[in-house]
Amino acid sequence: MKRRDFFRSTIPILTMPVFLPSLVHGMSFRAWASSPLLRAAAKGMGEGRVLVLIQLNGGNDGLNTVIPLEYYDAYRAARTNIAIPEDKILRLQGFDKTGLHPAMPEMQQLFAAGKLAILQGVSYPQPNFSHFRATDAGQILPTGWAGRYLDEEYPQFPRNYPNPEMPDPLAIQVGSLVSPALQGPSLTMGMAISNPNSFYDLINDKSEPAGQSRAGDQLAYIREMAVKTDQYAGVIKSAAQKVTRQSDCYPPPGKNPLADQLKIVARLVAGGLKTRFYLVSMGGFDTHARQVETADTTTGAHAKLLARLSEAINAFQDDLTGLQVGDRVMGMTFSEFGRRIQSNASGGTDHGAAAPVFIFGDKVKANIIGQNPVWPDKLTVNDNLAMQYDFRAIYSTMLEKWFQTDESATASVLFKPYPILPFIV
Amino acid sequence: MADPITVSSGIRRYKGQWQEAQVAHLLRRTMFGAKRADADYFLKKSPKKAVRELVNAEYPLPGPPVNNYNDDKYTDPEILAGADWTVSQKYDGMNNGRRRNSFKSWWLGLMIGQERSLREKMVLFWHNHFVTETNTVDNALFCYQYNSLLRQHALGNFKELVRAVSTEPAMLRYLNGYANTKKAPDENYGRELQELFTVGKGPGSHYTESDVKAAARVLTGYTINYKTFTSSFDHNRHDEGDKQFSVFYDNRLIRGLKGAAAAFEIDQLLDMIFSCEEVSHFICRKLYRFFVYHSIDEETEHNVIRPLAALFRKKDYDIRPILEELLTSRHFFDPANYGSMIKSPVDFTVGLCREFNVAFPDAGQYADLYGFWEQVRNQAAGLQQNIGDPPNVAGWQAYYQEPEYDKLWISSDTLPKRNQFTDKMVGGGLGRNGKKVVIDPVAFAAGVPGVEDPDRLIAGSVKALYSVELAPEELQFIKTNILLSGLVGMASDHYWTNAWLAYREKPEDKAARDTVTNKLKALYRHLMDLPEYQLM
Repeated sequence: MKRRDFFRSTIPILTMPVFLPSLVHGMSFRAWASSPLLRAAAKGMGEGRVLVLIQLNGGNDGLNTVIPLEYYDAYRAARTNIAIPEDKILRLQGFDKTGLHPAMPEMQQLFAAGKLAILQGVSYPQPNFSHFRATDAGQILPTGWAGRYLDEEYPQFPRNYPNPEMPDPLAIQVGSLVSPALQGPSLTMGMAISNPNSFYDLINDKSEPAGQSRAGDQLAYIREMAVKTDQYAGVIKSAAQKVTRQSDCYPPPGKNPLADQLKIVARLVAGGLKTRFYLVSMGGFDTHARQVETADTTTGAHAKLLARLSEAINAFQDDLTGLQVGDRVMGMTFSEFGRRIQSNASGGTDHGAAAPVFIFGDKVKANIIGQNPVWPDKLTVNDNLAMQYDFRAIYSTMLEKWFQTDESATASVLFKPYPILPFIV
Repeated sequence: MADPITVSSGIRRYKGQWQEAQVAHLLRRTMFGAKRADADYFLKKSPKKAVRELVNAEYPLPGPPVNNYNDDKYTDPEILAGADWTVSQKYDGMNNGRRRNSFKSWWLGLMIGQERSLREKMVLFWHNHFVTETNTVDNALFCYQYNSLLRQHALGNFKELVRAVSTEPAMLRYLNGYANTKKAPDENYGRELQELFTVGKGPGSHYTESDVKAAARVLTGYTINYKTFTSSFDHNRHDEGDKQFSVFYDNRLIRGLKGAAAAFEIDQLLDMIFSCEEVSHFICRKLYRFFVYHSIDEETEHNVIRPLAALFRKKDYDIRPILEELLTSRHFFDPANYGSMIKSPVDFTVGLCREFNVAFPDAGQYADLYGFWEQVRNQAAGLQQNIGDPPNVAGWQAYYQEPEYDKLWISSDTLPKRNQFTDKMVGGGLGRNGKKVVIDPVAFAAGVPGVEDPDRLIAGSVKALYSVELAPEELQFIKTNILLSGLVGMASDHYWTNAWLAYREKPEDKAARDTVTNKLKALYRHLMDLPEYQLM
């Protein structure tokens, strides 16, 4: 060693565009699968189209959400302690056999305005009633599929993103750090915004305070570096900054977590991100006990959740219209499972099977697809609603009719072809 | 960068609490990661006894590296697969690079399998202090011998270590001592001996350029014998003239010696250098930065460095007494110092393997074992700490470069790589020949007291993995969003509890095991992605 060169900087800063998980302001920039589905979607003809997935965590009680007026007596008999009075059920324009929970007047209006479709009895074969298993199984979300493929298709962590064609995350999750539905064996492109405040911290250049201490000083530095590191922080920020005004229909921040999340989604979509998938979520649907107030079954825990859902979707739709991007955004709700037909003695419902799915957007064909559920006269606590549509038929439809991928691509993503459902204009 | 908090506690013996946090702090700083079994072991002792054991425990020196390197292109004709290659006297283009890699992986393996001792951490300290680079030294045996020398002296006497290092083939080669002759003096080692190894460049160091030249002349005559792989002294190449030193060394004159006796001139040189108090200050500061905190303010200099240095001199530069003094001090155990260091890449990677008790193949499967050690070593190298090959003679910048110090480990390149590594170890793990080295999150969680209670599981895991605490909101967030899949409210805790109990009831049931495995993977992946995991 002839030359002593240690005064020169020897820590190389690679400028190679590598996207990797890191944590900025509590925002987890999470790897999402650059999966066959995501790629198929990205390559599809549906330029600029976006799918927003709303996860209702805990298993939504579908029977009290979309109510079979047609079989009202059977409905009431199966769940006397939580049944919604017939006269309180919201009617759907043009469909007198089915109604909505009274907490969702906005959804009723969306339906009337031709922007809401309802799919009855959605589930998947051999449903699992464990929250953990149901979501872990990767059955529900398209990205769950993706994760399982990824290890085989990309045994080496793919490093070709972002690139000029796709500078933005392929998928963004807001509101939950890591959804188990997204936990494949390996995760690649995408990011999660763990809570709305962190999003506003990012775009306003605020950083999380670290205590005045030796460790705090080190933490502050690492967080600062995480911001600099993240290649998506910049594109997110600049997209968000292009939008300066959003709908007044949103409730004040913190009142409705789902609305807060959707507000961010609308902003990013309108700000021009090419991201195709957004995942937002709200919890609390695991209503084993006291899902209604006994004195008035139209109120209580479940009613509050549905009210928030309805309020949030409505504000989001209004916002998209105002931002002039309504025609390229489609949204849908889903839950890991529905609940039992019979209510239990604690005024709640236990884990069940099939449940309705809401699909909304300007390009939705307002419709009720499927039949009101029927069940045997001699009902037991273990009876479940039958599946009418496989979740994967929805994804198949989204892929082919919304993202306009070709049939073979869809089939390869979902293992086999599924019927196309008529919920898109 | 201003020191955000002054720690005014001094060198007096710590007599405070002795709980998980204190034990983990001691272990993270003196070993690689705080392994649960080690923490439990030392928890039963007093701080004094724990430190005494870490510093003084005598473990036999490890066995040598073996031939793990036969491959498609090469089979060692001399050394059988799995046999000790350090007995070989033949080093050529085919075996040398392979053996060098073998040596480096072996060393990494020693760190992972370390005893309850400060020794391996001190080997790294001395490696960073008396730097040699295997790339420059080139000969695999020299590299191994040098590393063994550092291990042998790791907790011995500093002056003796300097003496030994100065004439060791690897160092003669690395800093050109072998080419330092009376006809063509090479000042390289004479300079670094003072600037980097002993008196340093601190405010109390005033050696001159003529001191560098004079020292170089004292050191003339050492050569390397490539037949015996030893160094020797050739008095014909030695400068027999007198060597005059500057006022910094009290105008000391080292009389030139002739013949074989000239080999002892170096001892006079070292006596002269070690008569400077500055040696003790310099080394104590460096140890402090390695074990406690990067910044030394006036208060710390006065309360810690000076008394420690005085003890160092009093003990004739024995290393153990000052380490014991420092590591049992109130200053060391001051809570302000917990989590005040950013993990070096070796602490990060090796520490992870140890903390999670990651299983490696048996010694009998040496090819795979070395292969996995190599993978961990390469991870650390990717994070800018390539053991055996520091960037230059000054060592890794993070250990000396003001004002950033250990912050230099974290860059826009290395931070994502760190997250990627932990993700990988929780996820698919390292792979080789169909074998895997991977974190077993279920085994780790099973050791957390109250694992079936999600709050206790998270709190216990945080305690085991972090040197700092997490805010209650953060813990709550982790519970609802990660462990409980977004289910909210206390009412949902039983989902985790039921899942865990179902697994414990029937550990062989795949579905039950998968359920808890997936949750725990998400939990530990997240915990190790948070910036807090970068601290120790």
